[in-house]
Amino acid sequence: MAAKTTYPKHGFRREMSFWERLYLPAIFRGLRVTMKHFFWPNWTIRYPEEKPDLAPRFRGLHRLKRDENGRERCTACFLCAYVCPANAIHIEAALASGQERERYTEEKYAAVYEINMLRCIFCGFCQEACPCGAIYLEEEFEIADYDLDHFIYGKEQLLDPEGSPLKFPE
Amino acid sequence: MSGLLTTILIDSIKVAVVLAFLMGAVAYATYGERRFAAFFQGRLGPNRAGPLGLLQPLADGIKFMFKEDFVPRYADRLLYRLAPIAAFTPTLILVGVIPFAPDLRIAGLVVPMQIADPNFGVLYFFAIASFGVYGVIIAGWASNNKYSVMGGMRAASMMISYEVGLGLAAVGLIMAAGSVKMSVIVSQQGAFGGWFIWKQPLGFLIFLIATFAETHRTPFDLPEAEQELVGGYHTEYGSMQLGLFQMGEFAHMVAASALIVALYLGGWQFPLLGGLDQSPLLHTLAGACVMAVKTFAVVFLFMWVRWTIPRFRYDQLMRLGWKSLVPLALFNVILTAVLILI
Repeated sequence: MAAKTTYPKHGFRREMSFWERLYLPAIFRGLRVTMKHFFWPNWTIRYPEEKPDLAPRFRGLHRLKRDENGRERCTACFLCAYVCPANAIHIEAALASGQERERYTEEKYAAVYEINMLRCIFCGFCQEACPCGAIYLEEEFEIADYDLDHFIYGKEQLLDPEGSPLKFPE
Repeated sequence: MSGLLTTILIDSIKVAVVLAFLMGAVAYATYGERRFAAFFQGRLGPNRAGPLGLLQPLADGIKFMFKEDFVPRYADRLLYRLAPIAAFTPTLILVGVIPFAPDLRIAGLVVPMQIADPNFGVLYFFAIASFGVYGVIIAGWASNNKYSVMGGMRAASMMISYEVGLGLAAVGLIMAAGSVKMSVIVSQQGAFGGWFIWKQPLGFLIFLIATFAETHRTPFDLPEAEQELVGGYHTEYGSMQLGLFQMGEFAHMVAASALIVALYLGGWQFPLLGGLDQSPLLHTLAGACVMAVKTFAVVFLFMWVRWTIPRFRYDQLMRLGWKSLVPLALFNVILTAVLILI
């Protein structure tokens, strides 16, 4: 049978030596440490003048992407709207015909694509769910506004202008 | 008659200059406190108002002025109004006995650079400094709030236990100096070697620690321990009344630093300064600058220590005061006496 562990009566705290009980040596060591910190570079980013370095995986404002021919990639499959935990995405699908057909990758396209930025939690699930690589969360993050009505972003705000850099599904 | 008029005129000018300097120092001590605190923590601190944030004290003052002057319903109105004044006023008259520059010899007059030089200079400082605690206690009582009362009581009991150590440490110094007069104590110390910090190192240490308690600075800022007492004795205060408390605290810190400089760090004296004796005005100005720099160095020490040591627990504070500082100060007195006899 293993010996029962015995604990010292007053726990494991050991008596402090005279030197330690003086406190002052420790305080001087502490003062040295804080003085070292005093001269360290600070970490503050002076925000409006300095912009933060964003990580490549930063999830900012959504962009609707175009393919190499400048056609909208979104096919209105509703996967993003389905996966969205905040229910922020509203899509209305339509069928493209005739001349219109050349502006979209498939026949079906999103006539209305709205994201409510007040609901959006920037989780990036829509980007993960999208089978066409049509939506990406990019680096824009300064989207504050004075008017609540301005927070429902439609295709005018979300769609990349023609000739924007391409981005492909991972 | 013209002699009296001259005296009054000169004294008024001195009072005005000293008070202006004190208020400026207080304003920039608040700025320095926040700025240095930020530097110690790897931040920048207030840097928006004006270049380097140097107008921050002004902005703070304006903000304090324009906030609502509020009295809680259950507070004792008269005492509640009185307390900030009672806390702030003593700190203003503290600086009266501090010699801040060498005597100015000009146009046949000898103008001592000190508002008043009574025979009881050091004692005056202690007496007035103790008054500051009344404001704190009254504030705690008048607010009718349990946290405020606790803060006030802590201030009172701290005052009692630390005044003893402070006074006894000063007794050693007074014995070594042979005078209670501030100007004598300062002029005795000489440029560098004669500073009382070298003659009374133990006394200096006790005095310094007790001053931390006296001015309610960390690690002894128990009367306003935010984590336990919300805001301590000024929990219920707002607007300029809170501002008065804070200014009083900073003024007390600046005055106490000036006292430490005058008593232990040679006052306005510094090596090489004696060479300026030929032009009295320059000598006085340089002395005043040295005094200011030394005072700010001690104020910086206060801030430095604040970001180094955590707050003492209440019983630890009492133990340190009664069981360490008082006996050590007594020992210092006896040691000084023996050394003087030898």
